[in-house]
Amino acid sequence: MWLYILKRLGAAATTLAAASVIIFIFIHLIPGDPLYVLLGDGATPDQVDALRQKLGFDRSLAVQYFSWLSNVLQGDFGQSIFFQTPVLSVIGDGAETSILLASITMVWIILLGIPVGMIAAMRHGSWTDQGLSGLAMLLASVPTFWVGLYLILIFAAWLGWLPSSGYPSIFDDGGLANLQHLLLPSLALAAPNAALILRLTRASMLDVAREDYVRTARAKGIRPWRVVVRHIFRNALLAVVSAFGFTLAALISEAVVTETVFALPGIGRLVVQSILRRDYPVIQGVILITVVLYLGVNLCVDLSYRFLDPRVELE
Amino acid sequence: MLSVEDVTVRLADSFNVVSGVSMRIERGEVVGLVGESGCGKSMTSLAIMGLLPAPQARLQAGSIALDGKDITSLPPYRRVEAGCGGVAMIFQEPMTSLNPVLTIGDQLAEAIRVHDGVSGPALRHRAQELLEMVRMPDAALQLGAYPHELSGGMRQRVVIAIALACRPQVLIADEPTTALDVTVQSQILALIRELCDELSMAVLFITHDLGVVAQLADRVLVMYAGRIVESAPVGTIFREPAHPYTRGLLACLPNPLARGRRLQTIVGQAPRPHEIGDGCAFAARCAYAEDACRSPGADWRQVDGDHGVLCRHPQSGQLVQ
Ligand SMILES: Nc1ncnc2c1ncn2[C@@H]1O[C@H](COP(=O)(O)OP(=O)(O)OP(=O)(O)O)[C@@H](O)[C@H]1O
Ligand SMILES: [Mg+2]
Repeated sequence: MWLYILKRLGAAATTLAAASVIIFIFIHLIPGDPLYVLLGDGATPDQVDALRQKLGFDRSLAVQYFSWLSNVLQGDFGQSIFFQTPVLSVIGDGAETSILLASITMVWIILLGIPVGMIAAMRHGSWTDQGLSGLAMLLASVPTFWVGLYLILIFAAWLGWLPSSGYPSIFDDGGLANLQHLLLPSLALAAPNAALILRLTRASMLDVAREDYVRTARAKGIRPWRVVVRHIFRNALLAVVSAFGFTLAALISEAVVTETVFALPGIGRLVVQSILRRDYPVIQGVILITVVLYLGVNLCVDLSYRFLDPRVELE
Repeated sequence: MLSVEDVTVRLADSFNVVSGVSMRIERGEVVGLVGESGCGKSMTSLAIMGLLPAPQARLQAGSIALDGKDITSLPPYRRVEAGCGGVAMIFQEPMTSLNPVLTIGDQLAEAIRVHDGVSGPALRHRAQELLEMVRMPDAALQLGAYPHELSGGMRQRVVIAIALACRPQVLIADEPTTALDVTVQSQILALIRELCDELSMAVLFITHDLGVVAQLADRVLVMYAGRIVESAPVGTIFREPAHPYTRGLLACLPNPLARGRRLQTIVGQAPRPHEIGDGCAFAARCAYAEDACRSPGADWRQVDGDHGVLCRHPQSGQLVQ
């Protein structure tokens, strides 16, 4: 087991190294110069050159990459060109929003996707099932921003129940009540993903229900709900858990859109703005951290498999 | 003890796969149910178990009683509640009949808890005892094993142990050895015979292998296209089969004394459920069929004492091979 984790970490490091090169090169391929963004259009060539030298952008790309890499390895992600503050603190400012948004979204996905999927499967073929499956199909196929806009329209503009944009920190005035700002965004972000998990839960439960061992379980005389939970759901979970790795990837890219639609001060919006500002160090930092997160979650998913499925050998 | 009256199973697309099947099985008796693949043997046993796969199949008519108590259409858990959970079943496919993510011990424990109401050390003790009953080597150790760690024969022993945990009066074995190799097959057959005597259970043994029937059964029911067409003690079936189908089946058995002769076959194929008409389903393949056979209304006839047949012109005399 530890050997397996070690191996996976080694593989992750390789992936990370490759990712860092790709990130670095692609970002520098984006047309536009951060210096003009920073100094404004009226800047003289001399001013620009001076700043270029100060920031080290006059060196070759390879030299820049290695100096960035060696700093990152020491935990220094550099300075934001735009904010003139350390990248980690810029990211840290957006972290609260994004972490809370992601967590609440995950709770929605699990709370809506799995139990509702179970209900649909248990009422297979009924109106309940057809209604729920149809709704899931619809939600899975519309884009997040569209769901977000409709949620804003209904709950913020018409009903006026919930705020439509922004997010003051829970450490500011209002405290935990500020979380209501994340309700609509997290629902918008959860909708397509919960719909996918719902459909997957339903489909794999229907698959498992046909297995011979489910019949064996029924033959023992145990109660139906126990058959469903312990035999059908327990095995259906294997397929659902493996989908959570993909769900995370979807969440990361969709969070960018959601944070923009709801004007949330999170990391997703930071990326969009940093790209517009050509704030290379921030973009690189965020993407690198995202890749680490993604690899970490997938490792956890694979490890959890070992506990869910005794047939899995981690080698 | 187990009495099955006129059971008819209908598929969702409204064809009967089992039509008017009746049987009685007494304590300590092994009844063999033979028939070709697809003739409705598994459907009959699932109907008796109350486990017909809804909504694809349902019990259209008939009744099932255990020791005089009506258990028709009750799923096993309802039977336990009603205090007559005495029918258990061993399934055809040992490789897929056990839950891959639960240990053998857990899967046994579920059944023991339901039928014995014990827990803790008593539960564990009973689980181990059951594995010992099915001659499982290292029983105590195997409680913690997962199905994938066991061979097919061992898994089938576990499936039998789970069935025994239900303290059955009647054990239905649906082709329990079809998926196993020959040596394991004979061990499992011997085990079932021993358990039947030891626990004085009634056994309904389903198979398409006449050799197994000869070895194990006291009485034989021959099934064709969803109907029981002949019923007789095992000796009688092999000595003087009366139904042309049974005679055909027996003639198909390879005979070591007749080496070099062509193997016999029954001409044609068994009808699919939707092809079964009102008349005798075997008429199309039967050498003795006449027009009357193709119209409905053949009655069950008693050839003698305990030998019955569903045919207008039962044959008599020994089979010549
Ligand atoms: N779930 C199902 N849905 C619809 N039809 C079914 C289903 N299971 C079986 N059948 C049909 O019912 C008929 C009887 O099947 P059954 O399984 O009882 O046959 P069997 O005698 O047990 O055959 P085998 O020796 O192959 O096990 C077959 O024609 C089969 O096609
Ligand atoms: Mg069968």
